[in-house]
Amino acid sequence: MKALLIARRELSGYLRTLSGYVVIAVILALNGLFFNAYALGGASKRSAEVLSQFFYYSSGFTIVASVFISMRLLAEERQTGTLPLLYSSPLRDRDIVLGKFLAGFAFLALYVLCTLYMPLLVLVNGKVSFGHVAAGYLGLLLLGSASLAVGTFGSALARNQLLAAITSAVMLVALILCWLLARITEQPLADVFSAMSLWNQHFPPFQSGLVHVRDVVYYLLVTYVALFAATRVLEARRWR
Amino acid sequence: MIQVEGLTKYYGEHAAIRELAFTIGQGEVIGFLGLNGAGKSTTLKILGCVLLPTAGRVVIDGHDVVSNAHEVRQRIGYLPDVPPLYDEMTVGEYLAYVAQLRGVAARDTASRVGEAEEKTGLREVDGELISTLSHGYRQRVGVAQALVHRPALLILDEPTSGLDPRQIVEMRDVIRGLKGAHTVLVSSHILPEISQTCDRLLIIHKGALVAQGTEEELARKMGGGGSIEVEVRGDRARAVEVLTPFGAVEVERAVDDVVSLTLRASPDERPRVAKAVVGAGLELLRLDQGAGQLESIFLRLTHGQEVRA
Repeated sequence: MKALLIARRELSGYLRTLSGYVVIAVILALNGLFFNAYALGGASKRSAEVLSQFFYYSSGFTIVASVFISMRLLAEERQTGTLPLLYSSPLRDRDIVLGKFLAGFAFLALYVLCTLYMPLLVLVNGKVSFGHVAAGYLGLLLLGSASLAVGTFGSALARNQLLAAITSAVMLVALILCWLLARITEQPLADVFSAMSLWNQHFPPFQSGLVHVRDVVYYLLVTYVALFAATRVLEARRWR
Repeated sequence: MIQVEGLTKYYGEHAAIRELAFTIGQGEVIGFLGLNGAGKSTTLKILGCVLLPTAGRVVIDGHDVVSNAHEVRQRIGYLPDVPPLYDEMTVGEYLAYVAQLRGVAARDTASRVGEAEEKTGLREVDGELISTLSHGYRQRVGVAQALVHRPALLILDEPTSGLDPRQIVEMRDVIRGLKGAHTVLVSSHILPEISQTCDRLLIIHKGALVAQGTEEELARKMGGGGSIEVEVRGDRARAVEVLTPFGAVEVERAVDDVVSLTLRASPDERPRVAKAVVGAGLELLRLDQGAGQLESIFLRLTHGQEVRA
């Protein structure tokens, strides 16, 4: 499958250049600091509460990581002039987008995996339900998948990596802030905005160790729609 | 191999190319000549399935580039004006990746990469990172990626751009070596490169095709243009007298008894000119086709003026 070929090359690109490691290292450091200061700090808490706070902070850092990881996916190809190689090869545009997304997701999953030491620290000093950890990580990966797909769309739209990061961040903030719109609008619009909210409506159950099908479907749907839009952008660019 | 009819591409209100029409046969090496901004790259991008045309039709090996692009892409190798390279890969890794991307089976990849490296003189840098290569080698890697899957049609956009004179000669040899195995369409604004490498020329100006044919055909169509450079040892007046029946004669320089002249005549006349010079008792030191013939044709077509051939 050509998408896997593209994903393999892209992933090796992340692993061979310093920028990928720098992104992971900086965000991991910040995540660790927040875990230490806010999740572990303050008054004594139950392990489940600490774990819930860990997932709360980690979800924010996962979104930030997805912006930095996705910004290079398609914008870099455009910036360095390698897009014609993909365009002139016997590939479908969806293979290009899917390959890029899979590489970004694998790298994001590596980052998420690296945060595992924090729940392990909770495990050493307290009681942790493995179901809670599994649900939280499933939530992080689904949230990361949706954010990364939005980032892939932003990267397809932008002509360079900086613009890609800004475009993706704006789209993600807009999706996150949908819950605010839900509070100031009337029904049925409030329900629509509430359902669209990237974090507020769909992540807290994972944070508490609960997996709802509607939340899983929401993140998968955002991923699909964003990747579909990115594919359309690539197709449209052939007309310009 | 290629049929182009009424090909037009607009960027917004601006027409980059207008109503282009030409055909290219199997195995031909075609030079696509034009000034910067003439529409060469746009045309090649459409042929390379990178851009879609606004109007018109392009059929490559029986497949339309719009409705059957996937089939076309399996038959072409495209080098854009900037070689599409991934700096963090080695030459061998990059070519293997491109080969697989273009449908070469995994078991054949190593041999195809070796073959492409052989043709383009890249064997010695197989393990080098692309980021460490000189401009000349980067261009060669660009050509190698275009031919690694043995495409029927090679589209090379300015393959000698930015190369030094020695690298240009080497690249010209590489392109000549492709003849026979592939149909090659090579664009350039460097005239000698086109003249010495290609079987036939397509000249594009301001988005329109202004002429096509071999260099000699173009010279004939442009009013019998062409010149012969002659260098003889002997009397200057006698040399002019002998050459005048063939056309207008201009003495370039005369040092001692060596006279260099330019004769306004078709290069096809060279055997008869040689016979006349020797028959008149003059020593023939040099007889050559006028170097500036193509420049003359090109400038007349693109500027409406002629330089001395």
